[in-house]
Amino acid sequence: MEVSLNKNPQTPNLPEEDNAVSPWIEAWRSFRRNKLAIIGTCIVLFFIMIAIFAPYIAPSGINEQVMAKRLLPPSSEHWFGTDDFGRDIFSRVLYGARISLWVGFLSVMGSLVVGTLLGILAGYYGRWVDTIISRTFDIMLAFPSILLAIAIVAVLGPSLRNALIAIAIINIPNFGRLIRSKVLSVKQEEYIIAARGIGMKNSRILFKHVLPNSMAPVIVQGTLAIATAIIEAAALSFLGLGAEAPNPEWGKMLSDARPLLTQAPWTMFFPGIAIMLTVLGFNLMGDGLRDALDPRMKN
Amino acid sequence: MSKVLLKVENLKKYFPITGGIFSKKIGDVKAVDDVSFFVKRGETLGIVGESGCGKSTTGRMLMRLIEPTEGSVIFDGKELTELNDTEMRIIRKDVQMVYQDPYASLNPRHTVEQILEEPLIVHGMGDKQERRKRVKEMLEVVGLSGYHAKRYPHQFSGGQRQRIGIARALMTKPKLIIADEPVSALDVSIQSQVLNLLEDLQAEFGLTYIFIAHDLGVVKHISDRVGVMYLGRLVEITTSSKLYEHPLHPYTEALLGSVPIPDPTVSLDREILTGDLPNPADPPQGCAFHTRCKKCMDICKIERPQLAEIEPDHYAACHLYEQSI
Repeated sequence: MEVSLNKNPQTPNLPEEDNAVSPWIEAWRSFRRNKLAIIGTCIVLFFIMIAIFAPYIAPSGINEQVMAKRLLPPSSEHWFGTDDFGRDIFSRVLYGARISLWVGFLSVMGSLVVGTLLGILAGYYGRWVDTIISRTFDIMLAFPSILLAIAIVAVLGPSLRNALIAIAIINIPNFGRLIRSKVLSVKQEEYIIAARGIGMKNSRILFKHVLPNSMAPVIVQGTLAIATAIIEAAALSFLGLGAEAPNPEWGKMLSDARPLLTQAPWTMFFPGIAIMLTVLGFNLMGDGLRDALDPRMKN
Repeated sequence: MSKVLLKVENLKKYFPITGGIFSKKIGDVKAVDDVSFFVKRGETLGIVGESGCGKSTTGRMLMRLIEPTEGSVIFDGKELTELNDTEMRIIRKDVQMVYQDPYASLNPRHTVEQILEEPLIVHGMGDKQERRKRVKEMLEVVGLSGYHAKRYPHQFSGGQRQRIGIARALMTKPKLIIADEPVSALDVSIQSQVLNLLEDLQAEFGLTYIFIAHDLGVVKHISDRVGVMYLGRLVEITTSSKLYEHPLHPYTEALLGSVPIPDPTVSLDREILTGDLPNPADPPQGCAFHTRCKKCMDICKIERPQLAEIEPDHYAACHLYEQSI
């Protein structure tokens, strides 16, 4: 057996070049090993591709009505069948991905940005700032979220855009609370005290030190929240408070298909499957991100 | 330029204890109670004491990382407790701190270069090239290499991280460095390396240190003068040699007696500290140490002794020596 001797005992096994491994790269390495997370990511990417290329894949437009072909079951011509206006459900489901993903991303972005800002202020400054922000969150969380969303849409008027705003608003407290609690623990860390000791301004400490170290749970929550937002958008559309006809929003399609459930179940089945798969994809991806990013799992 | 770099007078930190439904203040934890000392330019003042005696709180109050309840801190002729936030931030260029836990005191999401560069950015020192150059220089000064700059803290060992922490403290060329138990989280074999590094740096850059520790051996190795704290109070302060050879305060005696001697033949008739540290929220009346003191007298239970110069340059707060003044 041959044993290789290390000639430089000062720096054992370390090559003398840049081999920086950032915490993000480490997280990616552990994410990559998680099979379910990769499956989830693939599902999400699949739907994103569908959303982008819908006009090229879809055999017909979203509102091409062929009355002679109403309520046809799935066939080689109409993979997912047709609805009561003779529209191709396959094409509509493809276009629906655009709406659902758009609503999911945009509303989560909105609540993430606002929630993070409020949460970080509440957590870092404490005292009355915290009292005002946290109590507002408590009040918002005291309503069932879908009820609050309905109320907001009722005030703004039913449309997809307003549904999106409502979903963004109702999710703000979730992000705000999450980041507030994270900031509370991060600001006690010695490197934050060290940052003050160096002579840094609060703004620099907040955005260069506190925020980057508080983002991991928000990224996880953000991914999971996209799934919830898609369901909430579908629910609002199902109730007639979101997308308007003839927009092929998945929830709206479900709602339109409701009276046809017994005679043409495919009208309901395929949009439902699309919602389920997208949500599953985001959830698997979010769980994987949690495992990869959560320091409690790591240590 | 006066010989004294830092003068601390009657420094106090009381943390309020609240209770009841309305969170009314029902008392104080006197974390630091009436501490006065000075540090001369170029010397090392060691501060020792048991856990919870207020030594770290004192260190942090000197930089106003914790706001003092009362007292004055005069650094280089300036009264720090009267400065506003902006003025205080500027002062921090001259007073830097080395922290206890090298695993917690470096931002895990920044590279070593970013960590070391930041004090210079914050204080507007140099352009990008000069800053990068100084980062490489300082890394080599503390015994690391320039190519380490692109790595992240988690890629280093504890000793190496503490070197990075020291390099960070030196970036702005400070006058005073407060080292808050800088080696207590390190392996014994690494401790002496870091201590030697601190000594070399002091000689090279003419630094002044306040060295906080609970390990008397470590403090003896590095300090010119040593202050001993007990329950938020300074009980004895003198030169390192006087303290170790001829301690005055019974608490110091007991502390020295508790240092293990690696020789089984040495008899064990030394003073060993018994009993627990009293509750700092409810400290004993009179001398705080009387509950554990072998030489306790009646007056110790009633009156609190003041720090007084018993011998030249040897201060102690103990009733035993009051007649001799």
